[in-house]
Amino acid sequence: MKCPDNIVLYMHEYLDEEIDEHDEQLLKKHLQTCPKCQSYFHELEKAIALVQSTSHIQAPSNFTENVMARLPKEKRRVSVNRWFRHHPLLTAASLFIILMTGSLFSTWNKDHEFSVTKQPNLVVHNNTVIVPEGEVIKGDLTVRNGDLQIEGKVEGDVTVINGENYLASAGHVTGEIKEVNEVFEWIWYHVKKTSKELVSVFRDKE
Amino acid sequence: MEALIKKRIKQVLKGDQSAYGEIVEIYKDKVFQLCYRILGNRHEAEDMAQEAFIRAYVNISSFNIDLKFSTWLYRIATNLCIDRIRKKKPDYYLDAEVSGTDGLTMYSQIASDTILPEDEIESLELQETIQREITKLPEKYRSVIVLKYIEELSLNEISEILDIPLGTVKTRIHRGREALRHQLRNV
Repeated sequence: MKCPDNIVLYMHEYLDEEIDEHDEQLLKKHLQTCPKCQSYFHELEKAIALVQSTSHIQAPSNFTENVMARLPKEKRRVSVNRWFRHHPLLTAASLFIILMTGSLFSTWNKDHEFSVTKQPNLVVHNNTVIVPEGEVIKGDLTVRNGDLQIEGKVEGDVTVINGENYLASAGHVTGEIKEVNEVFEWIWYHVKKTSKELVSVFRDKE
Repeated sequence: MEALIKKRIKQVLKGDQSAYGEIVEIYKDKVFQLCYRILGNRHEAEDMAQEAFIRAYVNISSFNIDLKFSTWLYRIATNLCIDRIRKKKPDYYLDAEVSGTDGLTMYSQIASDTILPEDEIESLELQETIQREITKLPEKYRSVIVLKYIEELSLNEISEILDIPLGTVKTRIHRGREALRHQLRNV
């Protein structure tokens, strides 16, 4: 029996799933009757199966690390940006701290001049604030960069920043007395004051 | 999957190197396998696969984001491997007559090499044999066969990767299959 022309081509077209229907019928019919072509076709199929059977191999370990190590260096800016992206909480916290210290120090520096809460009845003498005997100060009293001498009565809190507070035996303070001298003490005071203010804001709202 | 790759590529384009690590992780096995099957040597395959990833990274700005990244990457890897083969051209050709014989080609030599009793062949040994036979294919058939039967890519994609017409891909696959049939029929 004579094999049709192009029968091997049809086999390949069949294997590539590119054969048209007419040729496919012809190929199938022929393969059923021709042992020679049948074994030829099986050899092709076997070769494919063997090639496909090669188990899937994996890249060596550390492959990715090795590639990454050999890449040209990236720009510094990007790695900093990525760090910020990957640590949002730390970024927020550090930003907060930077801003807070910044504002605190600027307030601290600004505050190096002598100042005192405006209250009637106060006597100011050479950076020393005096609450004269027999006088009553209504409200809080804050002295910055100066001393305070209380001989009368203060109905409220007394705060002395960068200064000293002399409470005469006759003097009387109804509220708290605070002395702030160092930067950190001062910061602590600032934080407490801010939170107190916040609390009072909320209280006012209620 | 493709969407994830595109996202990572955009990050890489912005200069984020670590995003590229993920791309390498995803494709490393496929690229390594491609190189190994074409070159037949683990050491060379690792070198070429790494080189392919590095070249892809360096040239990432020339990659058209609307195309399939894997096609582009395989193209780089295949070209590197083909260049490698060409640089160390074997001193024999399969089709060439073996000197001192009458019309015998290397094909017949190979076949006699590989006849082993079926039940004695360990799976690993068989794998090695098959790999050896793939490596014996001329480079132009080898790359199409590996892309088609090991990477399981479509003829169209192979044509894109190798930058040759579809018709040429088909012809090469036919010839590669013929050669393999010849080499592997006694395995």
